[in-house]
Amino acid sequence: MKYKTYIAATLSGILFGVGLALSEMTSPDKVRNFLDIAGTWDPALLFVMVGAVTTSLIGHWWLSGRKSPFYDTKWHFSWDKRSVVDAKLVIGSALFGIGWGIGGLCPGPAIGNLFSGSPFILVFLASMLISMAIYKLISKS
Amino acid sequence: MQNIISPLAGGILIGLAAIWLTGSLGRVMGVSGIIKGILPPAESGSAWRYWFLVGTVAGVSAYAWLVPHFSVVNSNTSYLVAATAGILVGIGTSMANGCTSGHAVCGIGRLSQRSIVATITFLATGIATVSLARHFF
Repeated sequence: MKYKTYIAATLSGILFGVGLALSEMTSPDKVRNFLDIAGTWDPALLFVMVGAVTTSLIGHWWLSGRKSPFYDTKWHFSWDKRSVVDAKLVIGSALFGIGWGIGGLCPGPAIGNLFSGSPFILVFLASMLISMAIYKLISKS
Repeated sequence: MQNIISPLAGGILIGLAAIWLTGSLGRVMGVSGIIKGILPPAESGSAWRYWFLVGTVAGVSAYAWLVPHFSVVNSNTSYLVAATAGILVGIGTSMANGCTSGHAVCGIGRLSQRSIVATITFLATGIATVSLARHFF
């Protein structure tokens, strides 16, 4: 049964990667130009969000009635809408937003661009992975 | 219209990818969390994470290979910028336990208040950052 898990995960990844590339979220400038509301304001990311969030809302609503996912025995997250909002979340999100605005990249497109040949992407990825690893090790101790 | 169709279609695919991962394996398609899961010490039962990431790279790479006009458009190529951004994204997503895919797409899809707050916050600081960088310096 394990192979179903691997195929399912790979399929999701492929859909995600194609979606990222098609929407041009893989281009840092596209993201920066969306965030530049006082200037260029390229609305592309807005349409990406509309498409993604609408699909996600409908899909999650449909899934919420089920007791478990298709290939696993339980949900690995909480369906509770009243999730904890704390300082770590807000500060972390604020920092992430700054980095996103500076680099025009978030984790998904960065990884997707692994073979793009762009040194900028590779430096971003390395920095991101190293800081994530250090954070993980520090918070476990 | 082309300016609307491609991003909208891309967004729908992203949403479908998220729903598929959640529906099939009961997992959140939050890339920062997926990556963190395989960083040392790696969580047990993480094989699906590797497969997802391989799929993501394959999806983007295949698209780039098959679509002639595809390119990664980036006008700011400074390594210092890349490193600074990478560190902020790495630490920020770790603290917030999520990024655009995890909070904005999946979290809001579940109407999680945590994710709604996260998304508003990173959109706000993202907009502020670019606005300041481009119009005040």
